[in-house]
Amino acid sequence: MRRPWRSVMNDRVQRGAWLIPVSLVLALLLMILPMPDSTAPFRPQWLALVTLYWCLMTPTRFGVFSAFAAGLTLDLISGSLLGQHALGLSVIAYATVELHQRARLFPLSQQTLFIWALLLVERLIHLWVLGATGQPLPSLIYWAPTLIGILLWPWLRAVLNDLSHRVGLL
Amino acid sequence: MCALALLIVDHRFDYLDRVRTVLSALLHPLHLAADAPVALVRVLQERLTNEAHLRAQNLDLSRQNLLLNARLQQFDALEAENVRLRELLGSSLNLGERVLIAEILAVDLTPSRQQVMVNKGTRAGVFVGQPVLDANAVMGQVIRANPFSSIVLLITDSDHALPVEVNRNGLRSIAAGTGVGQELDLLHIPKNADIREGDLLVTSGMGERFPPGYPVARVKLARQDPDNPFMTVLAEPTARLDRSREVLLVWTLNPRIPQEDMAGAPTMALGHE
Repeated sequence: MRRPWRSVMNDRVQRGAWLIPVSLVLALLLMILPMPDSTAPFRPQWLALVTLYWCLMTPTRFGVFSAFAAGLTLDLISGSLLGQHALGLSVIAYATVELHQRARLFPLSQQTLFIWALLLVERLIHLWVLGATGQPLPSLIYWAPTLIGILLWPWLRAVLNDLSHRVGLL
Repeated sequence: MCALALLIVDHRFDYLDRVRTVLSALLHPLHLAADAPVALVRVLQERLTNEAHLRAQNLDLSRQNLLLNARLQQFDALEAENVRLRELLGSSLNLGERVLIAEILAVDLTPSRQQVMVNKGTRAGVFVGQPVLDANAVMGQVIRANPFSSIVLLITDSDHALPVEVNRNGLRSIAAGTGVGQELDLLHIPKNADIREGDLLVTSGMGERFPPGYPVARVKLARQDPDNPFMTVLAEPTARLDRSREVLLVWTLNPRIPQEDMAGAPTMALGHE
């Protein structure tokens, strides 16, 4: 018995798609979870990492606009200017979607460097917004989360790969 | 492009405040979820405290209560006397304030601003510009009121300034936040002003936003710098900005301050931006 083509298509689009919003909500929670003052400046860019992962793996489902929406949500819940995070996230999402075919085939070390560059770009745009709106500029420790981010990337990629295969998303 | 436009609009104008309020109310569960682990730990701590500790605490509190009551007796008499004297002078005094206790949600907001989120919002009557105190002193003011929560800008934020006076001699100044830790900067203090380390600064009530007479900070450093036409004065807030869990939201019942008292005083721009 062959199922009609349309229903197969629907299945392909919808199966496991809930994993994307769930992972984004988790990342948002991690962004606002209280941390001790000593470690708070090292908080990794969870949302940027998860956004990059989905842009890399499913660029048809998760693109610049989704990244923009995710960034806007982060702006809302963290009380920053609307668009402050959304701008950086949309830019790196655009770069990833453009380069996903190449970046997906990179060996892990090279891909991690690629991710690091994008994380730095996100921070740079964020810094530019801070400067342009006259908010106090942070110290050098501001860049530390990108390093933590690339340490996390292989693990995050492994976990999300496994989960998406399990729910049939990829 | 969208993000850029949004940034500019949000920074320069306040059209987006309503949108932000509605969306923030929708996202409130996220804040509660982030607060949940901390709240759980606190509940467990309360459940697990032993009897001896509770006894000791009870004893301590009743002792403190006695002391405070004793001081309050004096305070009543002093207040009555103060009212009488002011009546003689023909000026009005704002009597009494209504307060509401709110809890700070354990949520980390954007690190570039000094702000906290509390669990009371417009539903409880909170409004933008409302003063926020803790048990010791002034903490800040509400800058954004959502239905279920609101965001408080602390006095140490670099965008915040409030009019203060030295409790000892009534010298007026403006305490501006520095954005770095526990520090306030007193602006435009003349070189010959009588201000010393350890002086208590209280709100002067001149901006008509904070009720007068609440403690704000203690002078930490008063120094003459050759390159500065004014005196360099730094003060440390007496409110425990990073440790308080409960805060007081204040409604001033009679916020009008007699203008004739301040004839000739410059109008001060105060508060957020």
